[in-house]
Amino acid sequence: MSLYNFKKIAVVPTAKDFIDIILSKTQRKTPTVVHKHYKITRIRAFYIRKVKFTQQNFHDRLSRIIQEFPKLDDVHPFYADLMNVLYDKDHYKLGLGQLNTARHLIDNVAKDYVRLLKFGDSLYRCKQLKRAALGRMATIMKRQAANLTYLEQVRQHLARLPSIDPYTRTIIICGFPNVGKSSFINKITRADVEVQPYAFTTKSLYVGHTDYKYLRWQVIDTPGILDHPLEQRNVIEMQAVTALAHLRAAVLYVLDPSEQCGHSLEEQISLFESIKPLFSNKPLIVVLNKMDVIKPEELPPNKRALIEELEANCTKGNVVNADTNSELKTVPVMRMSTMTEEGVQEVKIEACERLLGHRVTEKMRTKKVDGILNRLHVATPTPRDGKARPPVLPPAVLQKMQKTAERETRKRKLEREIEVELGDDYVLDLQKNYTDIDEEERYDPIPEFWEGHNIADYIDPEIFDKLADLEKEEDLRMAGGMYAVPKIELDETMKEIRDLARQIRNKKAVLKDESRLVKQSTKPVMPRNSRARDKGRSTSKLRDEMEKLGVDMSDTQKAHFTRTRSRSRSQSAPRAKRARTDAAPPATTALARTRDTLGVRDAAMQRRAKHMAHVAISKKTKKMGLKGEADRFIGTKMPKHLFSGKRGVGKTDRR
Amino acid sequence: MRIETCYFCSSRIYPGHGIQFVRNDCKIFRFCRSKCHAAFKKKKNPRKTKWTKAYRKTAGKELAIDPSFEFEKRRHVPVKYNRELWTKTIEAMKKVEEIRQRRSNNHIMQRLRKGREVEWQRDVREVQRDISLIRSPAAGLKQKQAEEDTEMEVEPETIQVIDAKGRKQVIEAPVMVPATGEMIEDGGDVVL
Repeated sequence: MSLYNFKKIAVVPTAKDFIDIILSKTQRKTPTVVHKHYKITRIRAFYIRKVKFTQQNFHDRLSRIIQEFPKLDDVHPFYADLMNVLYDKDHYKLGLGQLNTARHLIDNVAKDYVRLLKFGDSLYRCKQLKRAALGRMATIMKRQAANLTYLEQVRQHLARLPSIDPYTRTIIICGFPNVGKSSFINKITRADVEVQPYAFTTKSLYVGHTDYKYLRWQVIDTPGILDHPLEQRNVIEMQAVTALAHLRAAVLYVLDPSEQCGHSLEEQISLFESIKPLFSNKPLIVVLNKMDVIKPEELPPNKRALIEELEANCTKGNVVNADTNSELKTVPVMRMSTMTEEGVQEVKIEACERLLGHRVTEKMRTKKVDGILNRLHVATPTPRDGKARPPVLPPAVLQKMQKTAERETRKRKLEREIEVELGDDYVLDLQKNYTDIDEEERYDPIPEFWEGHNIADYIDPEIFDKLADLEKEEDLRMAGGMYAVPKIELDETMKEIRDLARQIRNKKAVLKDESRLVKQSTKPVMPRNSRARDKGRSTSKLRDEMEKLGVDMSDTQKAHFTRTRSRSRSQSAPRAKRARTDAAPPATTALARTRDTLGVRDAAMQRRAKHMAHVAISKKTKKMGLKGEADRFIGTKMPKHLFSGKRGVGKTDRR
Repeated sequence: MRIETCYFCSSRIYPGHGIQFVRNDCKIFRFCRSKCHAAFKKKKNPRKTKWTKAYRKTAGKELAIDPSFEFEKRRHVPVKYNRELWTKTIEAMKKVEEIRQRRSNNHIMQRLRKGREVEWQRDVREVQRDISLIRSPAAGLKQKQAEEDTEMEVEPETIQVIDAKGRKQVIEAPVMVPATGEMIEDGGDVVL
């Protein structure tokens, strides 16, 4: 099959395409940049490379074409002949030969120009030389334009040729045009050959495949042949002749006694006679087709006589030249109707059988067969007496077999049978099959849960022993007073302590809440000269609190806490006339002293404070370069160098 | 049909409730409600989530190891139905449950009893430290003083002394006044 597959020949581009492909490839795959100040060797190398690369590509491409097209001398003579018929051998050979010459010419051009390029003395010269080289190569290819188009056509046709294997089992169908050859191949194979009621419907060879005796058979449908000399035959007929001449196959010669094909029976028989030499040494069958239209017996007598004569000739033998092979001497004449498929299979079988026999006898005649025959031996022993010798089975095995046979005959009623019996009253009851459980327990609803527990989790034959152990242990625990609740007794002092602790906690909670309230105050802070806490303080309140805490506050009318201190922080004595107890301070008051003396005890302390301030301020001003404490000067608000341009790895404020 | 336990909180899942997740290694995770499922999806560890049974057991809040827990178990041994066995088992279940509950309740109560002692200690400490919040150290000072004053006003003892020259003289006896600290100490503080 794969021996002659012409489908894989690469496409042959037209001359223009060919040149374009190669030149663009050169442009793509070689360096493109060169400058005149480069060293001259470099420039030369640059252009030499281009020329050589182009030449190599032309060479490869052409070689591939020449190689891939089949050589007429190498292929099977059938194909050689077929190609000669179809494409004209001389033309084909000439085409390939010219391509070969073109390849040589291109090689030579490249060689010459590379030589010249070695003497190029400037970029310009080198470039001109390269241009000339590529131009000449392109011109050579342009001359092959006709050749290339021809080869492309041949390639396309070759790819569509049926892949005929000349060595395999083959059946060839031949005959006049329109006698039913294509119908026959359509009947016996899966090929789908066009069938039309006019001559030369089939214009080329068709191949189908069929099976017989688990072998693959190749069936070839040929175009019709007319009865005239070989020289006058056209290309279509010549294909059939080629196939008949070169393939070792069974031949079916199809006749149409009804003459519906447009040719008389005489003509058909005379064609048979004239192409007889082609049938020599081949199994031949003469097939009378279109039996559904007319049977030979119903023909007019003169025609019938012709057929009878043909049949007689065939059975007598010596119709075709079959040297040394007596099988082929007699030719069967068969009848069939491709329309009703009557006799079609018989014809196929007969053809296959004859070809198979012929091939075997052919093989037997070769020298190789002896080697195989010597190795073959088929033994056919003869029985020595009439005694029966059945296979021996041991009795144990026999018993077992019997048992299994018994078991297979079941006794139990099927559920399905019960269902059919009871009809609508049937209820599926599988519990009756729980034979391991007592009859009365079988239908018990099995409890699953008890108070959120799975009963199945407790099912365990050993659970009762374990429970007994547990209960024993529990009794011991009870006896040991493990569950006895110890009586908690509180003595008097403890009770008192608890009470006190409770009071303390309450008090703490109250205090906590109060302090939280004070903290939460969102009122503006009071001016410095009246402190916030002062407001809540009063002697009466103090008295209340202390009494609550258990202190005897009688006789405290003249205690020292009743005297109110002046609101200023000065060390001077309180002003007698302003001594008040409960009244709130006036809303606004003037500042009594300058602020730098407020809160200062004496002159010495004041001096010290001044000194400390001076030191702190001078330290700050020196460090930051300020004029004084109040210096808030900013020289440049946005220094250009810190706010413009891209930021690199540096920091924002030091760049 | 079975009552399953929740993977997360170990509560019971009755048939038809909850949701289950089958991981691609075929392990089945059952959840009693969306809360547990959500916690699982958040990759919460049931042993570290306070509200689960697993936490309470690992943290020792509940009884975790006890022979009474050994009764309820998946045994994976098929046992044929037998009415007697079943009825006896249910009786046994009741007993087991009773014991189990008693033990776990006891465990919890014992644990809680410890808290009572801690509470007392806390009370004592509170009183020792912060008694001044409800009772001033000065409370009752005056009364004492007054009492002492009344005592002091008792007629001073006189004693006859014969001096070196042999003359008889009557003089006041010296008063024994205790140190001030002692007096205050008995004032209000409770001796514990």
